[in-house]
Amino acid sequence: MREKIVTKDPGEGIFPHVTAMAAILIILLSGSIFFVVLSGAMPALKKFKLSFIFSTIWDPVLDIYGAAPAIYGTAVSSFLALLIAAPLGVGTAIFLTELAPGWLRKPVSYMVELLAAVPSVVFGLWGLLVLAPWLRKGVGLFLDEKFGFIPLFRGPFLGVGMLTGTLVLTIMILPTVTAISREVMLTVPLDQREGMFALGATRWEVIRKVILPGSKVGIVGALLLGLGRAMGEAMAVTMVIGNTFIISPSLLSPAQTLSSLIVSEFPEAYGMQLSALMLLGLILFAITLAINIIALIMVNRSAARLKAGKELVPVQISMPYGEGALVLVKKKNLSKME
Amino acid sequence: MLKRKTYRKWNSRIAEAICTVFSFIAVLALVIIVYYVFQRGFQVISWSFFTSLPAPVGQTGGGIGNAIVGSLVMVSLGTLCSVPIGMAAAIYLYENPYSRLALVTRFANKVLTGIPTLIIGLYIYILIVLRIGSYSALAGSISLAVVMLPIITLSAEEMLRLVPESWRDASLALGATRRQTIMRVVLPASAGGLTVGVMLAVATAAGQTAPVLLTALSSRFWLASLGQPSASLPVLIYTYAVSPFTDWQNQAWGAALSLIIFIFILNISAQVFIALRQRR
Repeated sequence: MREKIVTKDPGEGIFPHVTAMAAILIILLSGSIFFVVLSGAMPALKKFKLSFIFSTIWDPVLDIYGAAPAIYGTAVSSFLALLIAAPLGVGTAIFLTELAPGWLRKPVSYMVELLAAVPSVVFGLWGLLVLAPWLRKGVGLFLDEKFGFIPLFRGPFLGVGMLTGTLVLTIMILPTVTAISREVMLTVPLDQREGMFALGATRWEVIRKVILPGSKVGIVGALLLGLGRAMGEAMAVTMVIGNTFIISPSLLSPAQTLSSLIVSEFPEAYGMQLSALMLLGLILFAITLAINIIALIMVNRSAARLKAGKELVPVQISMPYGEGALVLVKKKNLSKME
Repeated sequence: MLKRKTYRKWNSRIAEAICTVFSFIAVLALVIIVYYVFQRGFQVISWSFFTSLPAPVGQTGGGIGNAIVGSLVMVSLGTLCSVPIGMAAAIYLYENPYSRLALVTRFANKVLTGIPTLIIGLYIYILIVLRIGSYSALAGSISLAVVMLPIITLSAEEMLRLVPESWRDASLALGATRRQTIMRVVLPASAGGLTVGVMLAVATAAGQTAPVLLTALSSRFWLASLGQPSASLPVLIYTYAVSPFTDWQNQAWGAALSLIIFIFILNISAQVFIALRQRR
């Protein structure tokens, strides 16, 4: 009898296998990306070996390639962007959770999340056609004329360059940093705030001694996610960084990043140049993976503290546009989250 | 005593003011960008802008019709590929939350969301474009499917979990098989949430530039077959923006406006849906 019921539904037998196969496909996909890109990068890796990372020559005519300026550009532009975006984003999150009047909080938070969905190519368009000319006539010219003797501000400034790239990246990662920091701060329970206020603390003291310590790990997670986004960001940076293969201490000088070099040369590349571009991609992949792993180790270390008695629980916060962050939340605060 | 109190009060006020100014700067910067896109874009768009081909190089005028068609085709195909796989994987994760395969799949999914989309473009280029020997709309669709897959899987698993466990238990207790329970109870109950997840994935895919550029390249003609290179809105915005022609740059604003409106509509309706359900 029991057998009969089961055989009535012919899909039942294969159903679990089909779903498991989809899961295996996802594993195969993420596992194969590294090896496939590696296979494409192999000729360049064999020819240049480790010197690829340190060489500053990129010469398609002589077929000699190195990546140092691109690695330098990626590192400098994304760290500077994070440096500016961190106070702005965390400040905005504090404003949205603690300071703003109630009617303002929801609409502005929605707006910030919506802006996170603007494609990077649109930021690039604005950076190239609006921000770059404006910087060239305004701030850039001023810095070059008054402070040009400092290598950091040595011109001539063409409008596109490290400064413009950094600023566009900053604006792009702001919604990510703000939205996740805000979510984390919201998990600090209301009674902790009220307790501090009842003891006579000022608003800032509540923020500094309750809100920020309570959401520290989550904010660091938000910043790491922003850093990862800045490094992998391709289009906007390609459009405003100037695409010049040099290492210059000046913020006003044009530069190159890993992703901008790939995007700008890929359509015309072939042979060894193509392989060298793949190798750049592999380096980018390794760097972003390393950032993710650092974030994971931090979470794990805190998870160990959880076992030691401090009640921190890792929670996956997912953003409406698909990105997510693993953050730590005090266990008793969990009920505050949906 | 009094002095200490006023010091603390002013310290707090200054810090609050700084946070307020910071948030003002952040919001202003983002609003300015959207304002520019709308202001410059609206000057360009017209009916023929959406329906006609780009003008031959050197002539002014023309439209972005082929890019809109290319984007629609590639995003739709990408959705068709990624939704069944993503849903199936999510169902597996829902049914076997703690199996070893589920843990590895969740980790792999997390890795996938963290990979820059440019790398996914390189991956599909090696796997498909090099094999076939030409850039193609098909390769573009598949690269978009890879971008969408982790987003769909992640949100679908979350949405399935929102269905009360008691419904599932009740269905199983009535003698329904696991497949029947999933297909006739759990999936219908979470249909709305699943749609929201897909909409957000579509919005993300529609704005992808680098993976499409590396796999479908671009074209100045209508899409005739999936085996040929195809135009797309984001790639068109990129090539027009970096071109030296003012007319092309203006058209880039028009294309950016169309793209942003499409993405905003998807996002806002998703947010409205979430808000409505929370109220219930």
